[in-house]
Amino acid sequence: MSAPTLEVRDLRTHFFTRAGVVKAVDGVSFTVERGKVLGLVGESGSGKSVTGFSIIGLVDPPGRIVGGQILFKGKDLATLSEREMRDLRGNRIAMIFQDPMMTLNPVLRIDTQMIETVLAHAKVSREEARQRARDALGQVGIPSPEERLKAYPHQFSGGMRQRVAIAIALLHKPDLIIADEPTTALDVTIQGQILAEAQKLCSNFGTSLIWITHDLSVVAGLADDIAVMYAGKVVEEGPVGQVLDAPLHPYTVGLIGSVPSRNHRGQPLRQIPGMTPSLLNLPSGCAFRSRCPRAEPNCAEPPPMAEYRTAQSARCIHPHLEEAVAA
Amino acid sequence: MSEALTEARPAAPPDAATPIIELRGVSKRFSRQLDFAAKLAKRLGVPVREDVVHAVDGVDLSIRKGEVVGLVGESGCGKSTLGRMVAGIMPPTAGSILWRGKDLRSLTGAEAREAKLRTQMIFQDPYASLNPRLKVTEIVGEAPLVHGLVRRSDLGPYVEEQLRRAGLDPSLRRRYPHQFSGGQRQRIGIARALAVKPDFLVCDEAVAALDVSIQAQILNLFMTLRRELDLTYLFISHDLGVVEHLSDRVVIMYLGRVVEEAPAEEVFKHPNHPYTKALLAEVPRIEARKRAFAGIQGEIPSPLNPPSGCHFHPRCPFAMERCRTERPALREIAPGHRSACHLNDGA
Repeated sequence: MSAPTLEVRDLRTHFFTRAGVVKAVDGVSFTVERGKVLGLVGESGSGKSVTGFSIIGLVDPPGRIVGGQILFKGKDLATLSEREMRDLRGNRIAMIFQDPMMTLNPVLRIDTQMIETVLAHAKVSREEARQRARDALGQVGIPSPEERLKAYPHQFSGGMRQRVAIAIALLHKPDLIIADEPTTALDVTIQGQILAEAQKLCSNFGTSLIWITHDLSVVAGLADDIAVMYAGKVVEEGPVGQVLDAPLHPYTVGLIGSVPSRNHRGQPLRQIPGMTPSLLNLPSGCAFRSRCPRAEPNCAEPPPMAEYRTAQSARCIHPHLEEAVAA
Repeated sequence: MSEALTEARPAAPPDAATPIIELRGVSKRFSRQLDFAAKLAKRLGVPVREDVVHAVDGVDLSIRKGEVVGLVGESGCGKSTLGRMVAGIMPPTAGSILWRGKDLRSLTGAEAREAKLRTQMIFQDPYASLNPRLKVTEIVGEAPLVHGLVRRSDLGPYVEEQLRRAGLDPSLRRRYPHQFSGGQRQRIGIARALAVKPDFLVCDEAVAALDVSIQAQILNLFMTLRRELDLTYLFISHDLGVVEHLSDRVVIMYLGRVVEEAPAEEVFKHPNHPYTKALLAEVPRIEARKRAFAGIQGEIPSPLNPPSGCHFHPRCPFAMERCRTERPALREIAPGHRSACHLNDGA
């Protein structure tokens, strides 16, 4: 297979609200190869979750994909009928949400929900489906899966619930999993366990992963590539080491400087002034320019995405090329 | 004490001996009241068990003036309950809390009021901790007016000054909380706490709900305020990066008990307790690339039915027979470094 698992080209998802058109995703492009992890990083309102929802076709009105292509193994998802999309969703593409209760039905037992998921896409007997469900639970490290199948979601702890959600995503060994902040609500030790499962998954089954998060430190340890989003656009992308060690875009530089552990203790953190602009009235040109220490008059023109180093590009006309940002 | 500390606070208080707040054997238990049927059954001789949660279990802690103490632990470890007791919002079930050497419960009248005012709390959720029906100027100005810290005629300028100090534009004072972003709301919470001139702030996950770039702004504000107003902090967080950055001393809790306590640098360089070590190993670091995550085995046990002996023993790779039966005491293993682990007795 030469085609990458997923290729997103100039995706635009807009929300047509009474207050105006919110360009939540406005020209996002990236590629995820087989078995690779892409870290999609951004702050609240940057459009990272909407990007995930767009790929799996879960954008609700007033939102609509207004442009671009989503190529899944070379096939454009936008051209598929709702029926064909249903065949893919939960089967070849799965999603894990921040709140596992969004995936789980609180009034159904785990086995009911998992067997239903298996039968939705595979022609197998009920007993076979049950076997698969049990195996999936065991895979994500749930002790005594046979008994736990009979439990209700509320009988699990937060970390265990998230494992069940991951197990459901795994049932059909999908080619692509979109994980939207799956560990944000979890404790550090539980997060470590979940990240370990995610890594195993990619290496064992060649599953590609899009890990949506605001936490740069999680992405640092997990991802192969990173795409940083700001105000609906990818402002920088590249291999994780390059982007974190030598960021190009001033926003990436600011974001890395804001992470406490990287800075010296007791010293003020390098902060980004101001706050994320409203998507309803973005400044013309570069959306970051009102907060950018390097802004120049010609930033009022929309900056193009340009490859400044091998495989590392940024949407900026005056990137940090000269110096590597020291710790 | 660390260099960072002496730099940040040039005029170290000479009376560092008297802690601003001291906890002695403080416990908090929550129990469910038996309903009528259960009470009746109990009277008839049916063994009915009362569910008791030991949220905080015999904690000793002292905080000196000007110090920033970081309190770390996972959900359900009792760190928020401890913070609430320190702030005087919640009375302890057992043990005593001393405020400047005096038991909080023995204080009466003006002194009790002063103790309450001088300790203020900043909450995690800036959406839930502000009254949505009050304007910012009322939220910030109400307490100082009630407590006679400012006259009504001076209230306007006073509130404006509080807002400016917290980094908010005073022209926004007639707005309601919903008109602000999360970071701005947290600034309102800070302005409200500082308006009654406290010298001790309890921050309960004060930056957990904020985006990274906004979190950095608020953390910087906390540090500036500490310098300007000579504040003392109890900084409660699950985020070790934040705590490492801000604290002079770190206290680590597990299931209601303090398992380790040491100066911040010491904890991060030489963690002693197996739980601390595991916790530090799990923290994702931006410096670490493509690392293999492992995860501590097992789950956090329910505080309703905590393991016997050392609470950590079911998950601890070094657990011995003794750990299952005997609760380890918090003992000094190096100057200023205390840890509650039986392994330290072996050496």
